[in-house]
Amino acid sequence: MTDATQNTGAVAPQGSLHTLDARTKRRNAAEGRFKLYGMIAIGIGLLMLVTLLYTILSKGTGAFTQTFVSMEVELLESKLDKSGERDLEKIKKVTTFGYAPLIKSAFEKTVEANGIETDLKSKDMTKILSKSAASQLRNYVIANPDKIGQTIEFRFLANSRVDGYMKGRVTRDSIANDKNITPAQLDLVDQLIEVGALKKTFNIDFIIGADASDQRPEAAGIGVAMVGSFFMMLVVLVLALPIGVAASIYLEEFAPKNWITDIIEVNISNLAAVPSIVFGILGLAVFINYMHLPQSAPLVGGLVLTLMTLPTIIISTRAALKAVPPSIRDAALGVGASKMQAVFHHVLPLAAPGILTGTIIGLAQALGETAPLLLIGMIGFIASNMPETVGEGLLSPNSAMPAQIYEWAKRADPAFYERAWGGIIILLIFLISMNTLAVLLRRRFERRW
Amino acid sequence: MYDTEKLGTDVNQTETKISARNVQVYYGDTHAIKDVNVDIDAKAVTAFIGPSGCGKSTFLRCINRMNDTIDVCRVEGDIKIDGEDIYDKRVDPVQLRAKVGMVFQKPNPFPKSIYDNIAYGPRIHGLAKNKAELDEIVEKSLRRGAIWNEVKDRLHAPGTGLSGGQQQRLCIARAVATEPEVLLMDEPCSALDPIATAQVEELIDELRDQYSVVIVTHSMQQAARVSQKTAFFHLGNLVEYGDTSQIFTNPKDERTESYITGRIG
Amino acid sequence: MPLSWLVLLVLALAAAGYFIGRIRVLKLAGGDVRALHSLPIYYGTNVALSVAVPALAVLLVWLLAQPTLIERSVSGMIAPEMIPEGSNLNLVMSDVRRVADGLNTAIAGGAMSLAEVDAMDATVVDVRARLGELGVALGQDVRPEVLAAAKSYRSAAVTGNTMRTLIVLALAVIGFGISFSKTNPDYRARNVVERAVLALLMAAASLAILTTVGIVLSMLFETINFFGLHNWRDFFFGTTWAPNFRGDSELSILPLLWGTLYISFIALLVAVPIGLFAAIYLSEYAGPKTRAFAKPLLEILAGIPTIVYGLFALLTVGPMLVNLFGQSGSLGVDWMSGATSVLTAGVVMGIMLIPFVSSLSDDIINAVPQAMRDGSLGLGATSSETIRQVVIPAALPGIVGAILLAASRAIGETMIVVMGAGAIAKFSLNPFESMTTITTRIVSQLTGDGDFASPETLVAFALGLTLFVLTLGLNVLALYIVRKYREQYE
Repeated sequence: MTDATQNTGAVAPQGSLHTLDARTKRRNAAEGRFKLYGMIAIGIGLLMLVTLLYTILSKGTGAFTQTFVSMEVELLESKLDKSGERDLEKIKKVTTFGYAPLIKSAFEKTVEANGIETDLKSKDMTKILSKSAASQLRNYVIANPDKIGQTIEFRFLANSRVDGYMKGRVTRDSIANDKNITPAQLDLVDQLIEVGALKKTFNIDFIIGADASDQRPEAAGIGVAMVGSFFMMLVVLVLALPIGVAASIYLEEFAPKNWITDIIEVNISNLAAVPSIVFGILGLAVFINYMHLPQSAPLVGGLVLTLMTLPTIIISTRAALKAVPPSIRDAALGVGASKMQAVFHHVLPLAAPGILTGTIIGLAQALGETAPLLLIGMIGFIASNMPETVGEGLLSPNSAMPAQIYEWAKRADPAFYERAWGGIIILLIFLISMNTLAVLLRRRFERRW
Repeated sequence: MYDTEKLGTDVNQTETKISARNVQVYYGDTHAIKDVNVDIDAKAVTAFIGPSGCGKSTFLRCINRMNDTIDVCRVEGDIKIDGEDIYDKRVDPVQLRAKVGMVFQKPNPFPKSIYDNIAYGPRIHGLAKNKAELDEIVEKSLRRGAIWNEVKDRLHAPGTGLSGGQQQRLCIARAVATEPEVLLMDEPCSALDPIATAQVEELIDELRDQYSVVIVTHSMQQAARVSQKTAFFHLGNLVEYGDTSQIFTNPKDERTESYITGRIG
Repeated sequence: MPLSWLVLLVLALAAAGYFIGRIRVLKLAGGDVRALHSLPIYYGTNVALSVAVPALAVLLVWLLAQPTLIERSVSGMIAPEMIPEGSNLNLVMSDVRRVADGLNTAIAGGAMSLAEVDAMDATVVDVRARLGELGVALGQDVRPEVLAAAKSYRSAAVTGNTMRTLIVLALAVIGFGISFSKTNPDYRARNVVERAVLALLMAAASLAILTTVGIVLSMLFETINFFGLHNWRDFFFGTTWAPNFRGDSELSILPLLWGTLYISFIALLVAVPIGLFAAIYLSEYAGPKTRAFAKPLLEILAGIPTIVYGLFALLTVGPMLVNLFGQSGSLGVDWMSGATSVLTAGVVMGIMLIPFVSSLSDDIINAVPQAMRDGSLGLGATSSETIRQVVIPAALPGIVGAILLAASRAIGETMIVVMGAGAIAKFSLNPFESMTTITTRIVSQLTGDGDFASPETLVAFALGLTLFVLTLGLNVLALYIVRKYREQYE
């Protein structure tokens, strides 16, 4: 506001309108610059969005494909079922160590059959397979004991280093100090690719499978965590929607204007801005330490997220109720309905699309929340068991999608990073579908009064 | 209370300040102003009257290109001020608006001090070399706005704290501060009480010494009181334009007569 | 009876009550609905509510109160001198609970009879081995007093549960009886039901207060425990954060607060100019098409979960900054050694806050009346002059409120700093160094294997409480400012 002193003595604009005076030119230049700053700001914002999405897609899509080695394995009776009785209990006694020789010899045969020359011993050859290969074989045999003695075609997961090699993450230079793989093994991989025994294909197990130990990134999947998230969302929906709607109806339609109502309102708007980690502390202290609910259970996660989502749902529900014009209430009251009837019969149904939209957005928010889950113990273990009943789904330890992503990001092997990005793609697909649904609902049912 | 000094009384009443030819205004698909031709005199008060929605305000806003700020609005035809087409590509609306000031329907002082409200225009247009000159401009403008005596002791109090009538006179003073040649007033008294209205009307009458004043008004009495020329708009057409006394006593057009006698409105 | 069965039973009784109430009143009115005071569904609902509400309310209170009561009576059995060196009552009690759970499992699985459990003597039997055989793993040997406490804990819990079932069911039946006997055509069922529903609605609304109280109390108690074990002066005024799980830690919040504020400051440095200019452009310059396109796109940034930003910081922005500022980086300066740093976390958090700042400011700028802009434009001001000298000053309080809200967001943000900021607590001005924050330390102190009753773990609650008070203060202030601002233009 000190322009007055900077005045350069420009003439008052009494000259021709068709010639720009110097001051106007300068002012227009400033105007242009200012507008440019705005465009740059928008540009930076959009650029960040594009960068973020590009990073996620470019780094995460790899998780959806996986390298497999296919070979024919002879299920030798002499190794797997010496008695020949096909007694399941006896077959189960053969540990994964017992299966390793079968894989070794299958590998040797594959190499031989395809005319591949290599100096590697069979023990080193099988190292290009995942450590889970033997247990995969064992699980198959236990499920199909009648196949013993036959030769079956198997697809084994390749080791994560081989997978990384196929995806360009691992190169011959980068493995100089890597104990898990040698250049000779990569030569073998190249030869196997040529003969078509080693291929990179779509990997459904990443989407529906369970997490794996930190030695086997190639086997890790997000399926179990997805189920964990599902149960948490179920709890949130079942609790937050009715409670949120009830609270909103009270505050919007019935609450007297007094200090108690004021306190509740201030409280809700503040709860909406309380850091999510504080809700985690609350969950840890109240649900786990005080009420002794099981740690890492989706039920506890759901309860914490319910408390966190309630303010969001209340705020949007109140907006939806407020948008219903008073004339509707008056009309209902005018025909002798009680206030309660007017609200439940007329106002609530009219506000339903808005409430639903708000609820979906609240759920989407809860689905992506991570911090409180860390504190109630939804990380630090391998979520490997798919729950079988609803009760188990709610109470037995599980992870959740964002917690699983965090867990992977913490592990040392970079192969898990790809899984973390891939997990984000899945998480974002859920969030985008939920938000799209909310937008569509709003478009479809939005009413202008 | 009216402390404005009388300046330059020797005025040639017939000099044309603004001339509009074949002006058409469209709001999206709506044809809001149809083929308006009018010559507005310098140093006189011209009133635009007509029923609501007749386009008088729209036409007023064409004269300082305030319609540019509305995306869907399109203006065709010529409007010249001192013979220069204001819709010419070379014209910068900013420079134009310094020359053609505007006062709005509702008083709209900025949420700043009274002093800063007045000094705003001179500052952005660079009219003062130093603080002393700026002080002088502020005082002069407040005197012209007939509000100096009321506010001189509280120049640094917020402008929003004044009464409605005072606020509107402050806005007039603010418009005057940029030394415009034309002053456009869009129903300046519609939000004011009768006493404040009388004060503002008196002020308008004094302003014509120096400025060409164009005032849009809803009230025929007001037009009759303050203006020398009157233009009657109806449904986007300029129906009749002439000396105020003639319009009110001897209208040529039937529609004008209906309006001033209260049959349409 | 398991809890879920009890709840289901009460609900089933309520459902039955609904139909019975309905049928009864219709029968009493001779099938003529017009003879009733209220619609039949209200009589049904009245019975259902009378069954379910008191019973479930008592159940809820019972569930909340029982653990405390049992805990208190059982912990009385453990004399202070019985608590081993380096342990405390809480730890012993968690052993007691574990053993009690083990006994329950053993009985439920049929591996031990009730009498066997009662007769078990820790001085004779190796309880740990015995329970281990039954699949109940215990961390250490069970001492006699722990076993005794566990036994009484178990029996108290069993008695409590039985009483709970009885009382809840009795309440449900009484509720049914009373409401059923009141059911007659003249009974004002609708008014009663509506009053009850109103009470339920009110209860739902007060849950918000309950949550706040829960947050404060849960942190307050543990914080008091913490200050019992650790000097509060060191916490608030010390200068070192050096937790040591063997004890004797220095736990001061100041270095963490410094890291938090520094990172938040950088985040705001990124978010405020970009967000504000974006808001100005969108509200004052952009045409409807640009607005319809750019605004939702920017808001996507706000909908992305923070874990994604955390990963972005850890795996993309951090390494990129190291490539720029690190050793053998493209700028040729050796300023940055690791990917986690104040700058990494700050920049990424700034990106996250851009849409937050821009949409709040957009609302606030739009609240400035158009008359202000017209007044300024009418005087011949350019748009930018109007914005800088009229719109922004008019919107300033609101914008300050928005920035405070963004600051509170930044201070409470967890995932980005957990993954991007590092773990070193120190006072440093160098943005390329890794530093730690309050939220990061809360996560690491509470997710470690630490003993839950040690000051190193309890400090997390004190940190949480401080964080809560800090953000609450900022929010209350910001919301107050924004509300005052809005009132001005309404």
